[in-house]
Amino acid sequence: MIEINNKKTKFSHFVTKDEENFSLILNVKGIHCFNCIKQIEKSLYSYKEVVLARVNMTTERLQITWKGSRKLGDVFASHIIKLGYELKPFSHGNYSLINVKEQNSLIKYIAISAFSWGNLMMISVSLWSSNNFDMGPATKGFFYWLSSIIAIPAILYSGIPFFKSALYALKQLRTNMDVPISLAIILTTLMSFTETIQRGEHIYFDSALMLIFFLLIGRYLDIRAKDKAKESAKTLLSLLVGTATVLKGGKQHSIMINKLDKGDEVLISLGENVPADGIVKSGTSDIDVSIITGETIPQFIKEGDKVIAGTLNMTSPIIIVVTKRTKENLISEIVKSLENSESVKSKYTKLADQAARLYTPIVHILGVITFLIWYLFLDYSWQNALLHAVTVLIITCPCALGLAVPIVQVLANGSLMREGILLKRGSALEKLSNIDTVVFDKTGTITLGKPNLINKISKRNLKYAASLAVYSKHPLSRAISRIYNDKLFKVENLKEIPGQGLQGIINNKKVRLGKNDYNVNKAVSNSNVLQIWLSIEDSKPLLISFKDHIREDAIQVVKNIKAYGIKIILLSGDRYDTVKEVANILDIKEFYFSHSIDMKRKFLENLEIKGHKVLMVGDGLNDAPSLSQAYVSMSPSTAIDITQNAADIVFQGNKLKPIFKIFKMSRYSSFLIKQNFIMAVLYNFIAIPLAIIGYVTPLIAAIAMSCSSIVVIINSFRINFKKDI
Amino acid sequence: MSILLYILPLALFLGFIALLSFLWAIKNNQYDDLKGAAERILIDEDDR
Repeated sequence: MIEINNKKTKFSHFVTKDEENFSLILNVKGIHCFNCIKQIEKSLYSYKEVVLARVNMTTERLQITWKGSRKLGDVFASHIIKLGYELKPFSHGNYSLINVKEQNSLIKYIAISAFSWGNLMMISVSLWSSNNFDMGPATKGFFYWLSSIIAIPAILYSGIPFFKSALYALKQLRTNMDVPISLAIILTTLMSFTETIQRGEHIYFDSALMLIFFLLIGRYLDIRAKDKAKESAKTLLSLLVGTATVLKGGKQHSIMINKLDKGDEVLISLGENVPADGIVKSGTSDIDVSIITGETIPQFIKEGDKVIAGTLNMTSPIIIVVTKRTKENLISEIVKSLENSESVKSKYTKLADQAARLYTPIVHILGVITFLIWYLFLDYSWQNALLHAVTVLIITCPCALGLAVPIVQVLANGSLMREGILLKRGSALEKLSNIDTVVFDKTGTITLGKPNLINKISKRNLKYAASLAVYSKHPLSRAISRIYNDKLFKVENLKEIPGQGLQGIINNKKVRLGKNDYNVNKAVSNSNVLQIWLSIEDSKPLLISFKDHIREDAIQVVKNIKAYGIKIILLSGDRYDTVKEVANILDIKEFYFSHSIDMKRKFLENLEIKGHKVLMVGDGLNDAPSLSQAYVSMSPSTAIDITQNAADIVFQGNKLKPIFKIFKMSRYSSFLIKQNFIMAVLYNFIAIPLAIIGYVTPLIAAIAMSCSSIVVIINSFRINFKKDI
Repeated sequence: MSILLYILPLALFLGFIALLSFLWAIKNNQYDDLKGAAERILIDEDDR
C-alpha cells in the first residue's frame, strides 16, 4: 500500500533549551476547530513531562515546553502526526520577528494616545462650551493644568515614532512627512504649555494628540499589510525547513537542510520535499513541480536529471547530489527577487511621499515667513507670531491632499471586495487606469487549471479507475477522484510504477491505470487534451481524456478589453500547439510559448523598457517574478500564496470578468481622484493666505482642515453610486 | 463646582487603570490568538 509519509524530520534538532525546560515550536496544519485544539493539547498533557502545550489557531503554531530530555521532542511530534496533523518545525530562519515587536509597540502608542485624547476631550469640550459667566478663571486654570498634565507625557511618548523617523531623515539631510508633523506637534505643545503657565487662551493640546492618534492608526494598518506579505514568503521557505537524510560512508545521517553542502548525497523518500537543488544520482520517480511551474502533470525523472528544491517526490525514493546550497537555490532566489522588486515598486509609487518632498519645504518656509512678518515687521509678541505660524502649519496639514487618493481607493476596495476582488496594493487601481497592454499566462489563468473529463466512460469503468486513483497524488488521478465520489472496489497487491502508473488486483482481475505503454500507440492529436489509460484484464484498454477548459467568459473579457484599444499578449511556458489553440479561440494575435521563469520576467522587462505599461495576469510560481516586474499585476485566488503576494490584485471565482470590472473601476476612480486633488489644492490656495494674514485661529484652522477632508470624502463616496461598473 | 477637583482626577485614575490593564493584556499575549480564544470557550471540561 502506498502512503505518503510525513517527512522524516528530526524534530529534536529544533528544540531550544532555557534554564530548566526544553521547548519546541511547530507549525501545525489542519487545525479547524476547538476539538483539534483539545485533542492536541490534551494528548500532550497526558505526558507528565509536559509543562505547557498551547495551540495558537491564528498562526497555526503549537508550542510545547517540557522537562526531561531533548529526545522527547521527537516523541511528541510523532504523537501529533499520528493524530493526523501535518507538522513542520518552526524556525525563524533568515526572517527576524522584529515586526511583531514593532506592531505591539505601535499598539501601545495608539492605546496611550487614545486614552489621553479621550480624557483630554472631556475637559476640552467643557472648556469650549463654557463662557466667562459659568466658569471662573480658577476652574479654567485648573482645567488647563489638568490638560497639560495629561497631554504632555502622552504627546512625548506616543509621538516617538514620528520624532524618530523625522530625526532619522534630518540626520541624512533630507525631509519626509514626519518632519512637519513632528514640528507641528512640538510647537503646538510648547506653545500650549507656555500659554498655560501664563494663563493664556491658546491651548491646543487636543489637536496635537488627535493628530498623533489618527496618524498612528494609519501607520499600524500599513505595517500589518506588509507583514502579511512577508508571512507567505515564510510559508514558502518553510518547505525548506527541517532535516534531510544524508548518506555518508554507507550510513544515514540526519542534517538540518540549511547546513547541506554541495556534493552531499541526499536520500529523498516518498512524499518528501526535495531539500536542495541537485541532480539525481540513482532511482526514478515522479516529481510534483506544480509549486514551481504551475504545471499539473508530474515530471518523470531519472538518473542525471535536475531536481529543484521545494518540489515533491511522489512515487519512489531517489538519491540526489546537492548542487546548490540552501541560500542559493531557486526558491530562495525567487523570494529574494520578490522582496527586491517590492521595495523598488513602493519607491516610485508612494504619491504622498513624492508630494512631501515638495510640500514640506514649502510649508516650512511659509511658516517661517509668517512668523517673521508678524514678529519683526508687525511687532507682535512672539507667542502671537508663533501662533500664526503654527496655524499655517496646521491649516496646510495635507489631510485633504493625503486623503484624495486613499479614500477613493478604500471605497473602491470595499465595493470590489464584495465582488471577491482583493486590492493588495493601494497604488494598483491608480496604475491600472494607465495600462496599454495586458499579458495573460495560460494555464490556470485563461484556463481553469483543473482538468475535466471529456469522453464518455461507463460508471463501472470509472469505478475501477477511481478505486486505483485514490492511492495516487497524480493530478489526473485526483481529477478522477473528484469526478467519482461513490463507493470504491477493494484493491489488492497495489503497486505504483514510477512514471508509468498504478496497478492492482480488483475482483480477481489485474487492473492498470496509467500511461499508454500498453500496445496502443495513437498519436495525441490535440495537445490540450490530457490522457490516461485504464486497462482491465481480458478487455480492451480504455482511454480516459481530460481537458483543461478555458474560463467561460474569457472570450468576452478579452474582446471587451480590446475595445479600449489595449493590446493583449498570451505568454506561456507551454508548448506551441497548446498555446496556439488557446490564442486562436480567444482571437489573440500575439502569443509566446515555452517561456521559462526568467524569459517571462525579461519579456516584461523589455516591454517596460519600450515604454509600455503592462498588466500581467498569472498564477504559477513561475509567474511570480514577472508579476512583480509588471507595472501592475493580478492573479486568481487559486494561485499559490507567493504568487498571490507578488500580485497587486487577487480575484476569486471561475470567471475572468473581474479583470474587466476592475479596469472600469480604475478609470472611474482615477477620475474621482483627480477631482479630489483639484479640490484639495484649491482649498490650500484659499486657506494658506488667510492663515498667513492672521484671519484664522488654530482652532478654526483645525476645523477648516477637517471640512476640506470631509468634502473630499463625500465626493469620493460617489463611487458607491456608480451603477454601470 | 469644587466636586470637580475630586471627580476629574478620579475619572482619570479609573481610566488609567483600564489603560494599564489593556497594556498588561497585550504584554501577556492575550491578543495573540483571537481565533483560538473564540473556539476554546466551546471546550467542555477543563481538567488541567
